[in-house]
Amino acid sequence: MSERSTAEKRNNDGPLRRVLDGVVTGRPWFVTVLAILLALVVGAILIVVSDQEVLSKYGYFFASPGAALGSSWNDVATAYSALFKGAIFDPGNASSLTSALQPISETLTEATPLIFGGLSVGLAFRAGLFNIGGQGQLIIGAIAATYIGFTLHGVVALPAAIIAGIIGGAALGGLVGLLKARTGAHEVIVTIMLNYVSVAFLAYLINTGTFKDPTNPQPVSKPVTAGARLPHLAGDTLRLNAGILIGIAAVAFTWWLLNRSTLGFQLRTVGANPNAARTAGMNVGRVQIMAMLFSGGLMGLVGVSQVLGTANANNALTPQIDAGLGFSAITVALLGRASPIGTVVASLLFGALQAGGRAMQVSSANVSIEIVTVIQALIVLFVAAPPLIRGLFRLRGGESVDTGLAAKGWNG
Amino acid sequence: MTTTLATPSAATEAPATGRSRRRWYVGGVMILIGAYGLVAFGLGTRTAHGRTSTFGLDLVGAGGVDMPDLKVPAATTAMVLSVICVALGVARMAVEPRRLWRVLTTTAFLACFIAAFLVWATANQSLNFASVLNATVLAAVPLILGALCGVLCERSGVINVAIEGQFLFGACAAAFTASLTGSLWAGLVAGCLAGALLGAILAVFANRYKVQQVVLGVVLNLLAAGLTGFLYDRILQPNSGGYNQALAFPNLRIPGLVSIPVIGPVLFNQNIIVYATMVLIAVVQFGLFHTRWGLRTRAVGEHPTAADTVGIKVLATRYRNVIIGGLISGLGGVWLTIGLNIPFNKNMAAGQGFIALAALIFGRWSPLGALSAALLFGFFEAISTSLQPLGTPVPSQFLTMAPYLATIFAVAGLVGHVRAPAADGQPYG
Repeated sequence: MSERSTAEKRNNDGPLRRVLDGVVTGRPWFVTVLAILLALVVGAILIVVSDQEVLSKYGYFFASPGAALGSSWNDVATAYSALFKGAIFDPGNASSLTSALQPISETLTEATPLIFGGLSVGLAFRAGLFNIGGQGQLIIGAIAATYIGFTLHGVVALPAAIIAGIIGGAALGGLVGLLKARTGAHEVIVTIMLNYVSVAFLAYLINTGTFKDPTNPQPVSKPVTAGARLPHLAGDTLRLNAGILIGIAAVAFTWWLLNRSTLGFQLRTVGANPNAARTAGMNVGRVQIMAMLFSGGLMGLVGVSQVLGTANANNALTPQIDAGLGFSAITVALLGRASPIGTVVASLLFGALQAGGRAMQVSSANVSIEIVTVIQALIVLFVAAPPLIRGLFRLRGGESVDTGLAAKGWNG
Repeated sequence: MTTTLATPSAATEAPATGRSRRRWYVGGVMILIGAYGLVAFGLGTRTAHGRTSTFGLDLVGAGGVDMPDLKVPAATTAMVLSVICVALGVARMAVEPRRLWRVLTTTAFLACFIAAFLVWATANQSLNFASVLNATVLAAVPLILGALCGVLCERSGVINVAIEGQFLFGACAAAFTASLTGSLWAGLVAGCLAGALLGAILAVFANRYKVQQVVLGVVLNLLAAGLTGFLYDRILQPNSGGYNQALAFPNLRIPGLVSIPVIGPVLFNQNIIVYATMVLIAVVQFGLFHTRWGLRTRAVGEHPTAADTVGIKVLATRYRNVIIGGLISGLGGVWLTIGLNIPFNKNMAAGQGFIALAALIFGRWSPLGALSAALLFGFFEAISTSLQPLGTPVPSQFLTMAPYLATIFAVAGLVGHVRAPAADGQPYG
């Protein structure tokens, strides 16, 4: 059956038929759903095997299988229902509108930096570049935003700090692009190294007189002024802040940049085939520099939301300001297949896991939040290898899934 | 085939002009740095007033030959060493040396500059140089093992960014198994196997599912950090007495060699993992360049199609090398816990897997190169900690940055030019 007639058939079918079709032939969205389910199942197994009380019941499994299975189920159910309650809705804590909205507010707050980071990594992916340097770029962005944030007062403080954060991230990203374009230095190596340079630089700066908060014995910077903080959107008790609005704007901008602008066209062409782009008269080096500039700028916004948002109570720089977001951003971009809309969906999912994971840790399930990292990594691993999922679930179809990631080596 | 074509990069210039320009450039930078050393270290206030710098040469508690402390006049020594640096720069600018001389002059330049720096930093104080060397060895061991793993993987064409994760797996498995069974050897075997397990996952996803290998490595690092962190929170931490003790292999003195002045106690009064590392360096270096296995590995990494044509099994070679590499970096993880007498902790690899990657690249994908780079990076690590009590105006964080900056300079072609195996990172078949 030719490609065209398949497409026509798909359009003529009803929505239910199309969903079923997708399930049977293992279309990408269905593979993603299965990947998420499989990762949750592996997470459940980990929760059970790491609980010694439950394991001891497996010692007499054959005498009373009910006890072992029952307590396993109980373990997993407690943990995952706490995850759900922490991320979406908690029926036991919905007396007022504020407390009912609290889980959603947490999810959106956690998703905000992931949106910026996912867009950043995704943008670079589309240009054929791997931005593994999110950690460094967001740290430099956070440093710049903090400096402006505690220096300036009044209405100019917030916009100036945001712009400073973007410039900080973009400067480091642009440096990577420049080295790539001028000397051929592989961006992955340079960005990994710059991550550690930035971490050391932050550790140094935070102890200097300019940044250090004299009232705090810990290595923490001075807090930003009230005018430089991102305002709360839904009352002071909920952490939801204006960062999510900047996130929506960033999604729209990135979508426009990639799909409607000349630079975006060049960017995608260079990503698809740099030799063809060069032959067509595009300046590949310039495009790579621009891609890294924008990618770094978006990463800078992660730093902005970490400092000026509600991520830390003091609105100050700490040595752990990056919170591993530079690397989470890579998983978000992969899951979102490097598209702006996909990134939003992936950010919401991972933000929900993060918010729920925190609730799970403090709930009676007492499951470490690290399980969320495991689940996220597994989701991405499974999504990256569709044949694995298809094989496991005996799905038909072998439509190649374009992850937007051409395999390349250090010399490429 | 596009995959086998080297991508033209901006750094490849016409050889003749490029080399003479580089000669002027490198020589000039060396002269500038030497002159800076002369002004800052030799003529600065820290070394003035006839102060002396004292270097202890005995490793405390290690035995060996007694060495008297080395006392040098600070200002004069720093000036002489800086002048040697300048002279080496002038020599490099004047003549185009052969490769051996280039390496030797660069090494001598680095050694003199660092020595001048140390003399300046220790002026009027004392520094136990033997313990700095000892700390260098201790810091270099995991870097060497990780870089050797990288050599095996990348020479056969598989990029391994997951060394950090393999360290964490190895460290966690070693501490857990050794505490549980009471046998350090069981811990060592478990740690190596845990590293190999992550290597096997990397190999399957890279070779069978053709997942982009850098991304794969990053995701595996997250997986390893999450999994070991989770097990730490759930199992190790609540029962630290039973499952996560501080244990270590005892030091073994090698008679004869341990009596070599200064370096004897540093190199030959260590535990079994250090000796295993020394043997592994020799084995990998010899194996890679003088055996059939090595030739096949390099062929698979440079031109898999050609290797396949002459009957070398490309994928089998890659699987084998990545898994053996995993055993080696697993040993690096073993070192972090039961090699150093430290219980497992979350994220205890703390970026050392990435410094190992840097050492691999800085050492140009060769075992001996990686060894030199790892020792250099380990030395920076050691002096950044041992200089803190001396109260130098140089923040320790800047010394921490040095290995990473050096690697950036290296890949940007500012100090020599590094080139990865041609098929590194490209799936085959």
